[in-house]
Amino acid sequence: MHDLTFPLRTRIALIAPALAVFVAFWLLPLVALLQASAAPDGHASAFAAYGAVLTNQRYLHSLVSTIVLSLAVTVATLALSTVSGLFLARHSFPAKRLMIALLTFPLAFPGVVVGFMVIMLAGRQGLIGAISARLTGDKWVFAYSVGGLFVGYLYFSIPRVIVTVMAAATKLDASLEEAARSLGASPWRVFADVVLPALRPALIAAGAICFATAMGAFGTAFTLATDLEVLPMTIYTEFTLNANLATAASLSLILGFVTWAVLALARSMTGAAVAATA
Amino acid sequence: MSARTAPRRFLTALQFALTLALVAFLVVPVVMSVLAGLTVNYFRGVANGLTLRWLTEVWSMYQGSVWLSLEIALATVCITAVIGVPAAYVLARSRSRAARVVEELLVLPVALPGLASALALLSVYGGFGAFRSSMWFIVVGHVVFTLPFMVRSVAAVCASSDLGTLEEGAASLGATFTQRFFTIVLPNVRPGIVAGALAVLTLSIGEFNLTWMLHTPDTKTLPVGLADAYASMRLEIGSAYTILFLLMTLPFLVAMQWLGVDPAGARIARRVKTRKAAQNETPGVTSTSVEPA
Repeated sequence: MHDLTFPLRTRIALIAPALAVFVAFWLLPLVALLQASAAPDGHASAFAAYGAVLTNQRYLHSLVSTIVLSLAVTVATLALSTVSGLFLARHSFPAKRLMIALLTFPLAFPGVVVGFMVIMLAGRQGLIGAISARLTGDKWVFAYSVGGLFVGYLYFSIPRVIVTVMAAATKLDASLEEAARSLGASPWRVFADVVLPALRPALIAAGAICFATAMGAFGTAFTLATDLEVLPMTIYTEFTLNANLATAASLSLILGFVTWAVLALARSMTGAAVAATA
Repeated sequence: MSARTAPRRFLTALQFALTLALVAFLVVPVVMSVLAGLTVNYFRGVANGLTLRWLTEVWSMYQGSVWLSLEIALATVCITAVIGVPAAYVLARSRSRAARVVEELLVLPVALPGLASALALLSVYGGFGAFRSSMWFIVVGHVVFTLPFMVRSVAAVCASSDLGTLEEGAASLGATFTQRFFTIVLPNVRPGIVAGALAVLTLSIGEFNLTWMLHTPDTKTLPVGLADAYASMRLEIGSAYTILFLLMTLPFLVAMQWLGVDPAGARIARRVKTRKAAQNETPGVTSTSVEPA
């Protein structure tokens, strides 16, 4: 359709500044990064360079443990957020607005602050340690281990996912559940056969964002300085301590590819726009 | 019937308990950190006495990072608005394949982990000394990262308000494009711009993944300073600095709650009018922070 009020030349002029900034400060640098990763000294081809990175024990271990950790966090977050998101969407009670506000306000926390929150909970002077010391005589300190990372990733994932679940749950058709119940279905059957399938697209989208965010999370790992080296930390140490741009570049691109692939997969499964905030 | 509702009531109680536990999980460490920033000696306990000493110490050590973060956030929001609003308007009004491709492209920086984007920026512009050591290096990173949030938020409003018809009407009465853009488009998409701007501001103030790589000793932003303080200062200082961060982001968070924007996805309220209508139809079902898309 030809739109007289909006000629092509105007369209191009309006979108050009945004595109120019995008090309100059993201696309072009990314191409340069790709070049830097593919042409390290000593390797014949880009293929060989990536092969060398992926067969390196340390990098591979870092990649696999980051993926496993992110998956575990995603599963736990989805489970917890579905239960409480459904509850918040279905019931009204006096302090509900306040509760939702409190649940969503850590959304704005940078990863470093989340890391500090984990230290507050499970660090050397943390709450969990104080409580466990009183109850069992044993001081539980796990902020600086995999457990701390897990808790930290949960901390920034739960608010994001709960928001999505609540939005999807408010759109569910309550009459379907009524029908299932009146036909004698148990609460569990209603949940598994009616509610869960209806929530599926939202859960896939939220899960993908959660996974992608966890994969790229740097601030939390940085603050906790755990013994488990997640991929972003590996990239950081390669770049700053070892001044190894080629390896840092290829690891970042592998990391970027994994998160992009998961988001793209989720999008093709749900047909909805899925975007992450790392 | 009561035999039926009993297990359901039990399940509801469990759900409520879990929700409470989640709220506690998210809020308790924040409260602890606020208290730690105000106590004389956290190791000995709050009962030991409260003080503002740590806050004043943090302010004298790190106030530069607060101002710098504000400057960067303001610069970022101005640039994203100037380049993002026209782009969003075009993307929302165009049905062409090219427009969809551009839309996809602009979102890519959000999918790539910040660390990778930062490395990419460094590998091209790292050598330009003056640019590299100025705050604009960080602004550029923030603009690329936050632009999709502004574009998405404005495009959503463009799509929901029938701009095409309004503009056609104005054009038939002889309004030029410039007149239409400033008197019809901009006033109509204002809620989208406000929502997008709030999201961009909070994202920029809290951004760490990119900023940590891009910063220099002269360009330390608030989250960079926080990471510094957590690593090398006593717990009370780190906590007091966290209080400073909370105080700085709180106004934006309150504004977002009030307008129904969520800080992660810039999911914007459809329009205040439709929201009110929805609330009237189904009281208690619509929540304030989550808008049905």
